[in-house]
Amino acid sequence: MAMQYPASRRFMAHVSNIEAIPTEDDKPFTVPIPDDSFETYQLDPPPYSVETTKRQLKQVYQDMTTIRRLELTADKLYKERKVRGFCHLSTGQEAVAVGIEHAITPDDKLITAYRAHGFTLMRGGTVRSILGELLGRRDGIGHGKGGSVHMYRKNFFGGNGIVGANVPLGAGIAFAQQYGETQKVTVNLYGDGAANQGQVHETYNLAKLWELPVLFGCENNKYGMGTSVERASAMTEYYKHGYYIPGLRINAMDVLAVMSAVRYGKQYILSGRGPLLYEFQTYRFAGHSVSDPGTAYRTKEEVQAERANDPIINYREKLIDWGVFTEDEAKAMDKDVRAFVDREAQEAENMPAPETSLDVLFEDTYVRGSEPPQRRGRTVDESYYRG
Amino acid sequence: MAAPRLFRPAARLLSSRLSSAPLRPAFSQPACAPSLLRFRGYATETGPKEVTVRDALNEALAEELESNQKTFILGEEVAQYNGAYKVTRGLLDRFGPKRVIDTPITEAGFCGIAVGAALAGLHPICEFMTFNFAMQAIDQIINSAAKTHYMSGGIQPCNITFRGPNGFAAGVAAQHSQDYSAWYGSIPGLKVVAPWSSEDAKGLLKAAIRDPNPVVVLENELLYGQAFPMSEAAQKDDFVLPIGKAKIERPGKDLTIVSLSRCVGQSLTAAAQLKQKYGVEAEVINLRSVKPLDVETIIQSLKKTGRIMCVESGFPMFGVSSEILALSMEYGFDYLTAPAVRVTGAEVPTPYALGLEQMSFPQEDTIVSQAAKLLRL
Repeated sequence: MAMQYPASRRFMAHVSNIEAIPTEDDKPFTVPIPDDSFETYQLDPPPYSVETTKRQLKQVYQDMTTIRRLELTADKLYKERKVRGFCHLSTGQEAVAVGIEHAITPDDKLITAYRAHGFTLMRGGTVRSILGELLGRRDGIGHGKGGSVHMYRKNFFGGNGIVGANVPLGAGIAFAQQYGETQKVTVNLYGDGAANQGQVHETYNLAKLWELPVLFGCENNKYGMGTSVERASAMTEYYKHGYYIPGLRINAMDVLAVMSAVRYGKQYILSGRGPLLYEFQTYRFAGHSVSDPGTAYRTKEEVQAERANDPIINYREKLIDWGVFTEDEAKAMDKDVRAFVDREAQEAENMPAPETSLDVLFEDTYVRGSEPPQRRGRTVDESYYRG
Repeated sequence: MAAPRLFRPAARLLSSRLSSAPLRPAFSQPACAPSLLRFRGYATETGPKEVTVRDALNEALAEELESNQKTFILGEEVAQYNGAYKVTRGLLDRFGPKRVIDTPITEAGFCGIAVGAALAGLHPICEFMTFNFAMQAIDQIINSAAKTHYMSGGIQPCNITFRGPNGFAAGVAAQHSQDYSAWYGSIPGLKVVAPWSSEDAKGLLKAAIRDPNPVVVLENELLYGQAFPMSEAAQKDDFVLPIGKAKIERPGKDLTIVSLSRCVGQSLTAAAQLKQKYGVEAEVINLRSVKPLDVETIIQSLKKTGRIMCVESGFPMFGVSSEILALSMEYGFDYLTAPAVRVTGAEVPTPYALGLEQMSFPQEDTIVSQAAKLLRL
């Protein structure tokens, strides 16, 4: 079982080089995926190749690098004590957010749990608005009301803070798609920790019962906070947890495997065959949150071995091997991304904090125009009267 | 035995001190006509008809399902069974299984799905067979529905209605008798209504479905079968009541009784008895809405009568009446001529046996005697 392999031995199947890379950026061609990328449950495997273009492959690289820089910047800002409260980083897990986004369209919908910075970016959030939110700024993506966990965009439903609670929500979003007869799917993400929640299993049942167009995605990064999957689940093959729902385990340290799997999954679901349950095997390089050094419950050797399997470095080498870009071009991209994120961080730091007024405090508790006329502050004198 | 004086409620101190005082006509005879007469006048002019709360709710649901394709109802037994309490009777036949949806008994799951559908732009009506079962899903109501709009900085609304019977029902013991008004009423981002009459039921449920925020509609099982006159206006499909406005069901000048849901009816009966026994005119306010609370109507009435009593069936601690008493002190202290009092459910898991159950909830004579004490009658 792949789960039991040491990290360094996982997913090492040889990838044959591809014949001819087109010179044009937009000309489609096919790249291969290692043949140990998937394990299936009541499902035929996705294709072991992805049709793509040079432009997309480079964009995927840029997206993953941007998330990495974004997270490292968030970490730095937190350590400078500029970020309050929560800050959960997804370093090591970038291939999940990026691979999914490159396999769906902006009109498909996505919801996730609290490790949401990368998904927010991929769903169209800007780096500055994400960092601005972390800094509690007025021009942050949630106007400084939500913070790290709660970020929303069109067709992106957060950023949710209660472990497991976003899974029924995701099925509900898929329900709305089915109700509106759209040919779209919802990608419904949660962690290995949430996979043991009762309401997640209630949702498997309802999603299958009602054939909802939902792709469940369990991001298995091996630890629910500090509890390893073996200490939390009686059966750690999460792709088999929805036993009447076909499942797929994916090497999610390989962004192309994620892309192939999700594209395939979307087509499968849109063909009317009901939901799928994907398990994205990944690893978080950092601790559970920035306040966790991530060392109490896992060995240094384990983390080092996983870091040797860095999804960005592996992918970069692949692109260089294939001749999609040269090492120098990759370095130039890295440099550009770093400069871009630094600029955005500076912009975020320059944003003003929300005005500390009752107007700003109470705004958006209710939809505008439907607010109660009066809201109570800390004292009678601080009560807020609309208009 | 005798509690230390300090811990005795102020009202009891007063009444015990004066308990030997003879009944005296402290209050002049009412100047206005008895409210019953006024109701009758109103009724005959506009041709009302008697409608049960159940039918009023059913009508509201049917009208909103008819007029808004984004609206659907889901819950346990709402479709084929025609509703555990028959509130959704006939809706499946009329609107089909796409819009009237039976769910398995998995509150967290189907409530979360309803909230998710609302986040995605639909206007779900999520029925709980009773609100006791909604505790299984209360995280979705509060954390997912009520807070998301605020946390998203105003870009993610959640237009959903949670409804079902709440509070006291007869002979069903502790797990099926709880009143959740205070629970939901304390949550910013939610609106909460508690209808009493058929007009309330129809007007508030329609308002709840149309409101762009999450709204909790706390119905009462014992009221479902009760018939109330429904005005011609209320029989029309454009009838809605504003959320956040209380209704003065009975005007009076000697005492303000603030109540909600089923206790409104008990308070009106008690008010009639107070009139009959003591010649006292109690003003009865039907809150209709728990959140937002119509502070203005309550305080205006208090200013007029100088005395306030809250009647509700929830647990006494940290409840609706606790809030109203606090408000009466914050906004009406200078007008109070006696300490504000409350009649509530008892602080006990609801017992099964009839006599004990009766002791756990306000009865009409509890209200009358407490009012008489307050008025030093």
